[in-house]
Amino acid sequence: MDYKLTYDQFQQGLERGELLGLKCNTCNSVTFPPMTRCRECNGTDLKITEIAGEGTMRTFTVIRVAPEGMTAPYIVAMAEIDEGAWVMGNLVDLNPDDADMNLIGKRVTLGSHVVKGDTYSHGDFRVITFSLI
Amino acid sequence: MRQVAILGVAMTKFGVSEKTNLEMFAEAGLEAIAQSNLEPKDMEALYFGNCLGDFEEGQMHMAPFAHAELGLPVSVPATRFESACATATVAIRHAALLVGAGVYDMVLAGGTERACAMGTPLATRTFAMGHHAQYESTAGLTFPGVFAMAAHMYSEKYDVPLKELKQNMAEVAVKNHYHGAMNPKAHFQKEIDVNTVLDGMMVADPLQLFDCCPFSDGAAAVVVAEAGKARELVNKPVYIAGMGQASGGPLYLQKDLSRVMAREASIAQAYKEAGVGPDDIDVVELHDCFTIAEILALESFGFYEFGKAYDAATKRETYLGGKLVVNPSGGLKAKGHPIGATGAAQVTEIVEQLREESGPRQVEGARVGLVDTLGGDFGTICNIILRS
Repeated sequence: MDYKLTYDQFQQGLERGELLGLKCNTCNSVTFPPMTRCRECNGTDLKITEIAGEGTMRTFTVIRVAPEGMTAPYIVAMAEIDEGAWVMGNLVDLNPDDADMNLIGKRVTLGSHVVKGDTYSHGDFRVITFSLI
Repeated sequence: MRQVAILGVAMTKFGVSEKTNLEMFAEAGLEAIAQSNLEPKDMEALYFGNCLGDFEEGQMHMAPFAHAELGLPVSVPATRFESACATATVAIRHAALLVGAGVYDMVLAGGTERACAMGTPLATRTFAMGHHAQYESTAGLTFPGVFAMAAHMYSEKYDVPLKELKQNMAEVAVKNHYHGAMNPKAHFQKEIDVNTVLDGMMVADPLQLFDCCPFSDGAAAVVVAEAGKARELVNKPVYIAGMGQASGGPLYLQKDLSRVMAREASIAQAYKEAGVGPDDIDVVELHDCFTIAEILALESFGFYEFGKAYDAATKRETYLGGKLVVNPSGGLKAKGHPIGATGAAQVTEIVEQLREESGPRQVEGARVGLVDTLGGDFGTICNIILRS
């Protein structure tokens, strides 16, 4: 079968400032980030769509012991985008020491930043970011 | 399906070891075989668990070398299992499925891990390989980070103020260290108090050092056998009453981290096969890789309503002598967590409990025990219900 929107194409979109996802022609749900099938109905009749880029913080943590190759502290978070999907990324533009439970429910805009690859990854890559509105 | 039993069970002392993965596994495996009144040549298959040998010792494809250390015949297949922290439980389940199906009568299953050899930065990196490599680990996610996000979500969803939740989470660590202090095989055999937890360094907000299990070295193995043969070999075979295994995808698809959906599916399978429910369980070894993880598991099993298990340890309900003893071995928190071996060590503890061989941490009158192991980002759950 045809993989509608690959990781590489998704990355290229982020490079251009586009947040590419997939809209299901069967149930209208948006899948973001992309995968083979609709995250809601498992349908494979999908079209590439650009998401609006806003959402709501659902949970977070401040990583203070980082994996080799990364520098702590930084914030990892999950947000629910307005199209319904959830996505993981880094909350930026906030001092990690100021992160507290009040973040949950806050509105955010989505973007991306470059993270340096390590021995085990295929070069540098872009990761979704969240910024408080 | 034929009835399946567990014969010999064995584990090395968990902690920091100078021994190789193979040396540790041979120690546990040979002891499990000898305790079954069998010889290595009696084994018909080896189901061998290991997660990160590639990084710990530069060794992949370890199973045939373990086979050689044990002295198994060439005709006996040795197969590696890897399901992150649930590795050995999955290996034992598959051994039991094949024994139940009549393919084999005797299988040695278990695992080994030498995580301390990597040091914390590389171990944190390689453990993070259990996250989705494109959309999760790239954000710098770590395993403490996963459960930290779950703790924040739990606090928000059930309206338990974070400070109160953390106090109760600390009580889970205090309880498991209390049990671990009675276990001569435990990584940490030392009691702690709530302040030990709350004064510890922050690892991933809100989880502090003593909310987290350690990186550990160790091995464990069990002999899985057809029940009729088991009864001929040992006085107290312990029977597999029911099993379950289920899978979840990346966290962003699971969404609500206060509910481990794969666990709810897995335990439903195990309860159904065993014909039991939460009220029938006398003793539990569950996956307390982080303090919040024990709270989530207690709710998934139906021991507590959702949102209500957070103060179970504080109320001493899950202590030895409490209404449901949870992690009498000390759990992953105090006994230690050599990830490829953990499930086999949990089975070892429950089997010894059901044989009434657990000494000072014996759960009086235990007849039915539950093993629960979680792998990855709630990605694999495997449950085994055992009965005497």
